[in-house]
Amino acid sequence: MFRINLYLSVLLFLPAVLLAQHKISGKVTDNKKHPLPGVNVYIKGSYDGATSKADGSFTFTTTEAGERILAATLSGYQPLEIKINTESGEQLSIILKNAANALRVVTISAGSFEASDDKKGTVLKPLDIVTTAGAGADIVNAIKTLPGAQQTNDREGLFVRGGTGYETQTLIDGMLVRNPFSSSLPDVPGRGRFSPFLFKGTTFSSGGYSAQYGQALSSALVLESTDLPQRSSSSVGLSVIGASAGVENLSRDKKSSWGVEGDYTNLAPYFQVMKPKQTPNLGPEIIGTSLNFRRKTSSTGLLKFYGYGNWSRMGFSSPSIEYPGDMESYQVRNGNIYTNMTYRENLGKDWRIYVGASFSNNRDNIATDTLGKNQTPADIRVRSSLSQSRVMLTRNIGQFSAVRFGGEYQYATEQFSFNQRPFNYADNYTAAFAEGDIYFTPSFVGRVGGRAEYTSVLAKMNIAPRVSLAYKMDNYSQFSVAYGDYYQKPEPQYIRFDHGLGYMKATHYIVSYQRVASDYTFRTELFYKQYADLVKTVPYYSNNGKGYAKGIEVFWRDRKSIKNVDYWISYSYLDTKRDYLNYPKEVQPDFAATHTASLVYKHFFPKLSTNLGLTYTFATGRPYYNPNLPADKFMSDKTIDYHALGVSASYLTTIRKAFTIFVLSVSNAPGNKQVFGYRYSSDGLRRGEITPNVPRFIFLGMFMNFGIDRRQDVINNL
Amino acid sequence: MKRLLLSLFMIGGLATVAVAQSAQYQDAMSKQVADLDSSSSFAPDALVAKINTFERIAEAEKTQWLPYYYAAYCQVMSCFVGQDKGKIDEVADKAAANLDKAETLNPKSSEVACIRSLVASARLMVDPASRGMKYGMEAGQQIELAKTYNAENPRVYLLLGQSLLFTPEQFGGSKSKAKVMLETALQKYAAFKPESAIAPHWGEPYAKELLSKAQ
Repeated sequence: MFRINLYLSVLLFLPAVLLAQHKISGKVTDNKKHPLPGVNVYIKGSYDGATSKADGSFTFTTTEAGERILAATLSGYQPLEIKINTESGEQLSIILKNAANALRVVTISAGSFEASDDKKGTVLKPLDIVTTAGAGADIVNAIKTLPGAQQTNDREGLFVRGGTGYETQTLIDGMLVRNPFSSSLPDVPGRGRFSPFLFKGTTFSSGGYSAQYGQALSSALVLESTDLPQRSSSSVGLSVIGASAGVENLSRDKKSSWGVEGDYTNLAPYFQVMKPKQTPNLGPEIIGTSLNFRRKTSSTGLLKFYGYGNWSRMGFSSPSIEYPGDMESYQVRNGNIYTNMTYRENLGKDWRIYVGASFSNNRDNIATDTLGKNQTPADIRVRSSLSQSRVMLTRNIGQFSAVRFGGEYQYATEQFSFNQRPFNYADNYTAAFAEGDIYFTPSFVGRVGGRAEYTSVLAKMNIAPRVSLAYKMDNYSQFSVAYGDYYQKPEPQYIRFDHGLGYMKATHYIVSYQRVASDYTFRTELFYKQYADLVKTVPYYSNNGKGYAKGIEVFWRDRKSIKNVDYWISYSYLDTKRDYLNYPKEVQPDFAATHTASLVYKHFFPKLSTNLGLTYTFATGRPYYNPNLPADKFMSDKTIDYHALGVSASYLTTIRKAFTIFVLSVSNAPGNKQVFGYRYSSDGLRRGEITPNVPRFIFLGMFMNFGIDRRQDVINNL
Repeated sequence: MKRLLLSLFMIGGLATVAVAQSAQYQDAMSKQVADLDSSSSFAPDALVAKINTFERIAEAEKTQWLPYYYAAYCQVMSCFVGQDKGKIDEVADKAAANLDKAETLNPKSSEVACIRSLVASARLMVDPASRGMKYGMEAGQQIELAKTYNAENPRVYLLLGQSLLFTPEQFGGSKSKAKVMLETALQKYAAFKPESAIAPHWGEPYAKELLSKAQ
């Protein structure tokens, strides 16, 4: 009834001229003449309009007479407005141009894998690190399933593209972490010190990285800590090797937060049951604490503080190779603190500032009698500290381009004593960098920059140019190239004996292609890396070393093809040789395997609320030094291939109000024999295998979280 | 009553252009809103057409909150029916922008908060594993907010019931709890008097459908 009335009233009272109906019709295409469906075509200021059909055609009638503005809008395209005469009756042909929208813009990607919640098209999410079987919730172990990284499980560190662990730097919020791994025992790698839950983003750069970072010949692991938590919460964890507890408090105005965490790990009871190859004679025992503070200083300003302290003691006895029948002991007591404070703020419309400061101190007291028979144990003390400050300014230019520049200063002390004999030094390091991300078009970007560094202990400076280009071919694929020079100081153990050394140098060349859609990722990279000025210790300390690494890497991740399954496959081929340290010639080093592959498989069973994870890693045998071979056969023997299958299952539930996860994980589940190398007696007659201390590690734990409702965290594809 | 007044008003011969505009508004809106509960409206093409129409009306009637509200509603629904997860964020951004405008014109609206909750759920769907915590919480908070603004809004209970139905029992969801909630929703629907013919009134058939699943 109402509608009839309405029409009647309109008919009765409106002047006839307004009722004249004009037909507007036409077709919308893009600039390549492809029809565009879904376009909103209308007369501005009126309701009259239509949505274009699959063939781009549209038609509607309007009572608006004369000259009017016709508008056409579609997301992803620049809106168009044209003047038309509604009475002309012509067939309109409308062409919309692509909009330079942030989602479609190309980004620099050569050489890096990003894991982040907020960035588009990232290949690995922070949660993936925790749910990767076999990784034991260790960031670096999870990163090792990506192409470019080696499966070096007999020493800590991330060995990337023919580089050593020393050649990878770890950064938290842009600040360097001098000791990212806990102190280790010979042949037993230390774990990463930082919990994956601290970070909202991780970038694993296997080469060609930004001029923002220096002193890393091979790789940078850039960790970005979380901002303010969503809500206050507390958590407890219990496992077969220890316990942990934490509190996170968000202020009422949601502008600041603090968090405290503590954990205690004691492996001694575990080792009583699961006998390790080497017998513990101290600990292993670890106490860790951390403290964080966040403060939103304005709508765009954020101040973050993170502090960490860790104390450990561990020692093992193992049968001596040098003196059969004897036992050798190695004990280490470690104390480590790390703190950093960063502040970010927007200065006006186009400028941003970042300021950071950090301090860290690491102390290792080592007692070892592995060096000679019936000797009092050698007393080795290593203490290193690092203070760092950093400033960076960023200026946006136009819609997407930006330049950034800044500088940093580091003061480092290295103290070392062997049976009270000291070898100490201090270093002042200064660096300045400038870099621009210049968008020639939204699909073509160049990053050009450089870094200048000076270090007082070497009394030398260097200038490192870096260039990356990326071109986006369509919405999903892009092609990138990168080039850069990278310099790094030699390891402290060489500088401390010879201050006349110079920088080591690596030059990277990378070509990469990637295709990223919402449910799958494909990447492949070809790289060539040239090493120069590597440290040699034989016949005397020098920078006469050299080498190269080249290879191809492939990565495939698929979250769609199999329901409730997410898997990724990495493959790396590496051809590398280097002449460094005591090597008599250029050979494949003992940390490099020619072929490395990983398969990570995650299956979620919604009905059981259980996540099952499998990680299989494979690497071909690595070279080792056999003193019984002639010098021309140096490092020609290879270990057996490496196979590892990690299995994990996590059951998610709630106990009262607490979100609870039970985790069972087993490393090297089938118990495959793994040999990382051999250790020979000085006469070359006896040798011992370097194998994992426990062939298979079984972890059972329970984690409870109160306050935070994390249930959605794990509800996959329901 | 309002309808009658409006008709009388118009028949009374006061048809200025302004009134014609408003009649045109009522007419256009009621045409679009009438079939919002029918499944044919949720075909992707039909939704795009509806979004475009609501946005056209919104642009012409900058003082009305409903066109913005409905444009956002259709946008968020298109996230749920569309297959391309890669587009959800883009559409959700547009819906959020429309909701911001609707909210400025009609602050503290229970209906707007309900759609905000749906927008958060849509964003969550893009990557439940890593976005769950942030957006799951936001979706929950918005429903709570919607309830405090208007505890009689049946859509609050519909959304709560839906969430309970699709949450596993280990995490506090259950069919029986969902059933209770959806029954409450239906009672509220029966009692609910929309402010006008074009005020939000969607969801009752969907509540019934969910209730049959909860049995």
